Amino acid sequence: MNVAVDPVRYVAKNMRLDLRLIAEMVEPGTRVLDIGCGDGALIEHLFRTRGCDARGIEIDMAEVTRAIAHGLPVMHGDADNDLAQYPDGAFDYVVLSRTLQAVERPREVLRQMLRIGERAIVSFPNFGHWLVRWQLLWTGRMPMNAVWARPWHETPNIHPCTIRDFFALCDDEGYRVEKWLAVDEDGQRAPRRRFSGLANLFGEQALFQLRKV
Amino acid sequence: MDQGESPDIAQEYVAFDDGLALDYGSRLRRLEVAYQTYGQLNGDRSNAILICHALTGDQYVAERHPLTGKPGWWEMVVGAGRPIDTDRFFVVCANVLGGCMGSTGPLSPRDDTDALDPPPWGMDFPAITIRDMVRAQKRLIDHLGIRRLFAVVGGSMGGMQVLEWVATYPDMVFAAVPIACAASHSAQNIAFNEVGRAAIFADPDWMGGRYWEHGRVPAQGLAVARMVAHITYLSERALTRKFGRRTRASQSLSLLDDMFEVESYLRHQGSTFVRRFDAASYLAITRATDHFDLAEEHGGNLAAAFKGARTRFCIVSFSSDWLYPTEDNRAIARALNGVAANVSFVEITSDKGHDAFLLDEPDFHRALAGFLAGCAEHAGLPA
Repeated sequence: MNVAVDPVRYVAKNMRLDLRLIAEMVEPGTRVLDIGCGDGALIEHLFRTRGCDARGIEIDMAEVTRAIAHGLPVMHGDADNDLAQYPDGAFDYVVLSRTLQAVERPREVLRQMLRIGERAIVSFPNFGHWLVRWQLLWTGRMPMNAVWARPWHETPNIHPCTIRDFFALCDDEGYRVEKWLAVDEDGQRAPRRRFSGLANLFGEQALFQLRKV
Repeated sequence: MDQGESPDIAQEYVAFDDGLALDYGSRLRRLEVAYQTYGQLNGDRSNAILICHALTGDQYVAERHPLTGKPGWWEMVVGAGRPIDTDRFFVVCANVLGGCMGSTGPLSPRDDTDALDPPPWGMDFPAITIRDMVRAQKRLIDHLGIRRLFAVVGGSMGGMQVLEWVATYPDMVFAAVPIACAASHSAQNIAFNEVGRAAIFADPDWMGGRYWEHGRVPAQGLAVARMVAHITYLSERALTRKFGRRTRASQSLSLLDDMFEVESYLRHQGSTFVRRFDAASYLAITRATDHFDLAEEHGGNLAAAFKGARTRFCIVSFSSDWLYPTEDNRAIARALNGVAANVSFVEITSDKGHDAFLLDEPDFHRALAGFLAGCAEHAGLPA
């Protein structure tokens, strides 16, 4: 039996657009941990285009197998249980993309991220978006749309938050927001950076870069 | 049982006349390491992969076994175009210290006497450790002129050796693949080993460990040891799928002579095993695995064993392995995280138990091939 090894390919074309935005935040040659890395598209992109030492943690075993078979350093694990083992300052960036709302203890996960990494890059779907608000107000039922695609009893998103909620948490925890932006679902930047209230109403996704003060 | 074929076969081996100092303080005055190689060592000797075999494995990884005539134990993984591609890598596998396929072990002549024709060590063979096995392999690797191994790969007890390689010679291992193993044996692991040892001791042909003096082999005891161990290598589901409660009718009419297929299978496993393995080796090696405790060697802290290691790791476990369960393997991965090592870790879904690492598991083979390909890129090996 022969095992075909996929050639290591350049996948940035297929990379989710918010991953592209995250990649732009990462300085070349740095150490990066991507939590919830999926098939490893971001870490491969960071290795190939920015010379980063990028690694991943992923909860879905099929994705882990795919990533390792693709030659990427990915381990099975999750944000709630697999950050505590790392030493302080092991990474320059710790990335958590579209996962914060699905972890058990988001506040603790953020603390761990900023313990093991100098900076945290976090993206999450914004529950304050006008459509979400409208659906809840108008139908009286949990919002269902492209971003919040599953019924309340099926969703893994157990800790939804809004952009303003997240700013408040950063205040509480003493994190400095170095960069932030609101993006549409298709990854286009929403030009509302000065007005977080508007971003909170019109941004479908939020992207933050944090650092401990 | 009378002594059958002894491994008097042509073996590739190297002898070190300066011997080997052992962990427990004694010293072998002469060390022999039997090994096989596959593929070609490249010009700068950078493409070598050392494979560490398991408890009852040997160096015949990818070729017909000289005693049993069976295919190599890892032909699915090692060979041209296989995950460990011998068109690309130079593969070395040595019979472990304490083994019985040509490396120094209990069957070797004692070296602590001036007798002209010294008898075998037998039970007087000094106690060895997994680290002693690794040190013996290191001598071979030095002898082959290899300064850095591109990878060290092994499953089960082979995985323990992989871990010990990185802990003992961190700069010599670019990539490490410990498969289906643990950093120490659980009480259950030790218990099963002890049943095997007790079966050997209980065999009348054991003769207090001097069976070779009488031209005997404690075949019954060794076979029972193998049967018990073999159960731990499988899973309940694999046994059910393979045998269920099917019986094999006997010629006689007695119900007692009817045999479940699983019984016949285990007996076959036991009887073929004794043709190629020595009881004293089995005792020496199982002892070494029971006493292996990588954390204890480093002040009780497993992470400390890997401090400063720049090795890239790929840890693989199998979902139905209850001998070295995923949690044992995950503990190694987490210890490696503790020193921010570069580590991949995956559990392969399989119902074949511990033995899965030897069997046709496409996801495992893809992961192994991909990991090695990625490491080769980082190591700058030509494609």
